[in-house]
Amino acid sequence: MNALKELYQQTILDHNKNPRNFGELEVCNHCAEGHNPLCGDHIDVFMNIENDIIVDVKFKGAGCAISKASASIMTTILKGKRIEEARRLFESFHDAVTSDPNSTIDEMNLGKLAVFCGVREFPARVKCASLAWHTMINALANEELLMVKA
Amino acid sequence: MNDYIYDIEAIRADFPVLSRFVHDKKLVYLDNAATTQKPQQVIDAVSNYYTNYNSNIHRGVHKLSQEATVGHERARKIIKNFLNAASEAEIIFTRGTTESINLVASSFGQKFIHENDEILISAMEHHSNIVPWQILCEQKKSKLKVIPINDEGEIIFEEFEKLLNPKVKIVSIVHISNSLGTINPIKKIIDYSHKLGIPVLVDAAQSVQHQKINVRELGCDFLVLSGHKIYGPTGIGVLYGKKELLNSMPPYQGGGDMILSVSFEKTIYNELPYKFEAGTPNIVGAIGMGAAIEYIESIGLENIQNHETQLLTYATKRLLDIPGLKIIGTAAEKSAVISFVLDFVHPHDVGTFLDLEGVAIRTGHHCTEPVMRRFKVPATSRVSFGIYNTAEEIDILAASIENVINLFN
Repeated sequence: MNALKELYQQTILDHNKNPRNFGELEVCNHCAEGHNPLCGDHIDVFMNIENDIIVDVKFKGAGCAISKASASIMTTILKGKRIEEARRLFESFHDAVTSDPNSTIDEMNLGKLAVFCGVREFPARVKCASLAWHTMINALANEELLMVKA
Repeated sequence: MNDYIYDIEAIRADFPVLSRFVHDKKLVYLDNAATTQKPQQVIDAVSNYYTNYNSNIHRGVHKLSQEATVGHERARKIIKNFLNAASEAEIIFTRGTTESINLVASSFGQKFIHENDEILISAMEHHSNIVPWQILCEQKKSKLKVIPINDEGEIIFEEFEKLLNPKVKIVSIVHISNSLGTINPIKKIIDYSHKLGIPVLVDAAQSVQHQKINVRELGCDFLVLSGHKIYGPTGIGVLYGKKELLNSMPPYQGGGDMILSVSFEKTIYNELPYKFEAGTPNIVGAIGMGAAIEYIESIGLENIQNHETQLLTYATKRLLDIPGLKIIGTAAEKSAVISFVLDFVHPHDVGTFLDLEGVAIRTGHHCTEPVMRRFKVPATSRVSFGIYNTAEEIDILAASIENVINLFN
C-alpha cells in the first residue's frame, strides 16, 4: 500500500477535489485540446501570454484524479513563468514520471511537482499525469491562434 | 436441471496463473471479457505441438507435417461440432474476431455492397464491428445505419424494424455487448432480416464461452469469434459462414494455401475453407483453440452458464449495496459483465487501486466509445466473470471498491 500512498498523496487528492484555475480564460491567446483516446481523458488548456510570460492559465476537462491534479498543480506553477521556464519544467516533470523507479530524483529541482514522483511506479498512469503538460506545450506552439487573436 | 456438480476448486486448479500473487495479494482475475486465462490443458497442447511435431501443414510429405496437418484440421472439426456448422468448409481460421469481420466487410462488401446500399449495425457495437464497415462505406459510397439502444442498454426493436428495408445488404450485430453485458435477441433479429433476404453477421466474441451456440438453429449467415476469449491462445479466431455464401465471395488475401494452381496468366483458387486462408496459418493457435473448446465442453456450456448467472446475480446485488455506485447496462437479458461508475472516483483511479488489492479489472471505454457517449460517461470500470470466478472474489471486489471510495472521500 506504500506505492498507493505515494501515488495518491494528500495534495493530489485535494487538487482532484478542488481543482485550481478550473474554467475558461476571458482573455486567451494560446489554447489547445488534449485527449487520451485510450481512456477518454479530455482537457482544454487556455493561456494568456504577453511578452513571453504566461500571464494567466486555466484548464477545463474531465479525467482521473492524477490527470486532474496534474493539470491543477501545473496551472498554479506556470502563472508568471517565462515560456522557456515552462518548457524546462515540462522536461523535468516528464523525466521524473518516466524515470526508472530505482533511480534517485532531484526533488528540490521539481518543487511542487515532486508529489508526482509516485507515478513512475505505475507505467499505466504516466499518460494521465502528463496529459495536461503535453497539452500546454501544444498550446505554446499554437502560434497561428496567437497571431489571429493578438 | 442435471446432476452435475460444479467443482470450482478442480476448475481453478486447472489454471496455473490463478495461484499467483499480485502486489502480495492473491490474484482475483475479473477481466475475462478482455481475455481469459488458459487452463493447463491448453498450455500443454501448445507446448506439445512445439515440443513434438512443429511443422508446416498441407504441403510436407514427412511425418511431422502430416501430424501438424492432422492436428490443425482436427481443431477445425472440433470448432465445426462446437458451433454445429454443416461442414468444416464453413470454418475459416483467422487471427480473431476483428479479422473475421474485416474479411466479411472486405470480401462480401466487394461483391455485394454498392453505392447507396445500407449496412445495419447497433449502437452497442465494439469498434471492430464499426470501423471495417465505415472503411467499406467510404470505398463504396454506401451508408452505415445504427439501431439505437434504450437507457437499459437494450436494442429498441421497433427502431430496428423501421430501419429494415431492401437497401440494407447486411445486418452485423453483436450477440453479447462487451461493455454493457446485454444479450441481444439475435434469433429474432436474424428471422426479421431474413424475411427481407438480408444476411446477418453475429459477433459472438463475448457469447460462445458463456452459452451454447448452434449456428444452424440460429440460421445466421456469418458468426465470428476469438480463441483467446474462450480460454485458448491469442492470435487465432474463426469466421463461420454459410457455404454457398462463402463460395460466392472473392478471396480476402492472396498467397500460398489459398490456390490450386498459379500461373502468370491465371490462378485458380482453392476450395473452402482454404480459399480464405492465405499463407502459413497460426497452426499452434488453432490446436490450442481446439483444446480450449474441448476443455469448456468437458465442463458443459449449460453448467458454465448456470455458474456465471449465479455470479452475476450475486455481484449485482453486492455492488448495488455500495452507495454512489451506478451500473451502466441494466438489460433484462444480461451476461456476466458489469460496467459501473462511482460518484466521486474516476474509473482509472478505481483500476489502479483495485490492482494493488490484486483485483484485475478493465477501465476505460472498452473499445465502445459510442456506448460511453450514449450513457454520457467518459469511461467505466468493468468486471467480467469466467468459469473460475467465485463469490469470495466478489466479496473482495466489493470490499476493495468500498476502500477506494473511502480513500477519495
